[in-house]
Amino acid sequence: MRPEEEFIRWDWLARNLDMLAFRLGEHMLITLVAVVVGFAIAFPVALLIYRRRRLIGPILGLAGALYVIPSLALFGLLIPITGISLLTAEIALVSYTLLILVRNTLIGLDGVSPEVLDAADGLGLSAHQRLWRVELPLAVPLIVTGLRLATVTTIGLVAVTALIGQGGLGFVILTLGIDRFFATAIYAGSLLSVLLAVVADLGFVWLQRRLTPWSRAQVA
Amino acid sequence: MSSATPSAGGAAVSLEHVSKRFGPPGGALVVNDLSLEIGAGEVCVLVGPSGCGKTTTMRMINRLVEPTAGRITIDGDDVAGLPAVELRRRIGYVIQQVGLFPHLTVAENVGVVPRLLRWPDAQIRSRVNELLALVGLEPGDFGARYPAALSGGERQRVGVARALAADPPVMLLDEPFGAVDPIRRERLQNEFLRLQAQVRKTVVFVTHDVDEAIKMGDRIAILAPGGVLAQVDTPDAILAAPASRFVEHFVGADRGLKRLSLARVRDLTLGAPLTARLRDAAPALRQRLAAGGVEYALLLDDQDRPLGWIGAAELTDDRLLGEADATPGSPLLQPETTLRDALSVMLGSAVQLGVVVDERDRVLGLISVDAISAVIQASPPGQLPGA
Repeated sequence: MRPEEEFIRWDWLARNLDMLAFRLGEHMLITLVAVVVGFAIAFPVALLIYRRRRLIGPILGLAGALYVIPSLALFGLLIPITGISLLTAEIALVSYTLLILVRNTLIGLDGVSPEVLDAADGLGLSAHQRLWRVELPLAVPLIVTGLRLATVTTIGLVAVTALIGQGGLGFVILTLGIDRFFATAIYAGSLLSVLLAVVADLGFVWLQRRLTPWSRAQVA
Repeated sequence: MSSATPSAGGAAVSLEHVSKRFGPPGGALVVNDLSLEIGAGEVCVLVGPSGCGKTTTMRMINRLVEPTAGRITIDGDDVAGLPAVELRRRIGYVIQQVGLFPHLTVAENVGVVPRLLRWPDAQIRSRVNELLALVGLEPGDFGARYPAALSGGERQRVGVARALAADPPVMLLDEPFGAVDPIRRERLQNEFLRLQAQVRKTVVFVTHDVDEAIKMGDRIAILAPGGVLAQVDTPDAILAAPASRFVEHFVGADRGLKRLSLARVRDLTLGAPLTARLRDAAPALRQRLAAGGVEYALLLDDQDRPLGWIGAAELTDDRLLGEADATPGSPLLQPETTLRDALSVMLGSAVQLGVVVDERDRVLGLISVDAISAVIQASPPGQLPGA
């Protein structure tokens, strides 16, 4: 950064709006794929643990181990297998969502009160009906909270995948900004990723309220 | 089963040598060789101290608990031979904490079992409205609410409506009114008895409260710790003749008084008072009292309503009787008053002789404290008038 330059180069921003929009979209897409794939794995796994309690230790242990591996180390482990690719990035991102999603789904299911389950059994719901009509709907607030945490976390982590040539807004921050000492790109990329995280967070809050009108009912 | 009007009728439930042991063989029995016949349309209360297996016994009927030994039948069908889920849809189930589904509206909660049974939507809707009205909740007001927006008593009523939804012949109620305050409990109990008089289900009702058992039960089964059936009989018979020291202790030292709450004033033969009317002549009344060998007459007004008592000693001149001559002091009792309440007000009154009046306060007769205690002493077990 040379001192005579303006701190924020507005002309650069104006010329690169399309590029920023593209990277923002890319960032969203990478996040979406990671969270959707993560949930597609975590949800059945959580149901499995819910039914077979003995699996809770090994599975949460594995998810926890994946969660604590530093992202750079995980890339290092994966690159010999999947190369410097989007797949490597997604595998890493998915593995970070698993602990949050499995654990929140499980907490949600465990939080259904015993008398509600007793009533469901006593009224003649089958195990399958009880799960889909009672336990899962009542676990929705915690499942959505899990998706919200996983999404916001992933939005942050996507930027790191710029290190292996991916990264959405991470590409703007790292490759265009930090590598070239170009403050405007650093700020533009950072600000957009923060905005994305905030919007996603609010979106999930709204979604949860829409899905659980019953949780806001109060004694009149 | 799928009729939209609440049809009356229950099914006989029979427990034959039923035992239950949780845990490994050799452990203690929670229910021990229990046999019990519950007639169709009968309210049978299972009562006993905690740990006597009353809830476990109830839960074996809809197979939430499977018996270790013995057989349970409903209208002759062994429940073990039916798929548990189908069995339970034909048995209403209400628990103390109610267990309404918080994510479903009141109407959806009540419609759960009809929906499982795949009734058409229109039929479910009309059934739900009918049931909410039956338990005293305005369907238009309550149907769309979530359980979190209900009071404890309202939740309990929704729970009862939900249990009745598919018109099951048998209802299981586990301490259904245990979580509401005493005043609301009294109301819910009365409402349930009124409802039961209409629907005539076979009801198995679990409670730890002897007074509730006496009030609600056509018959009471008292269980002792270890899951042993200590006595099963009508409330009056149990109160009059407890089968063991345990039962005697469990029903309480005031069982004589409890027995009195089972009979009403109308069940007694009322005494006939010597009556006088306003403007009767004092000397004539004096003669009638002397002839009848009684000391007091009951003075009535022109509508046959009691004004009070006049003693022979006050009839010393030739005057005509007026309202001022009457000394009030007897409590007025209705034919519907329980003997327990009657005794209570009589003991607290100046004159311990109750005047029984009809709905327009016209005198029907007299009852005395002695008459009530004579009834208890003279009635053999199960023969208390009215019980």
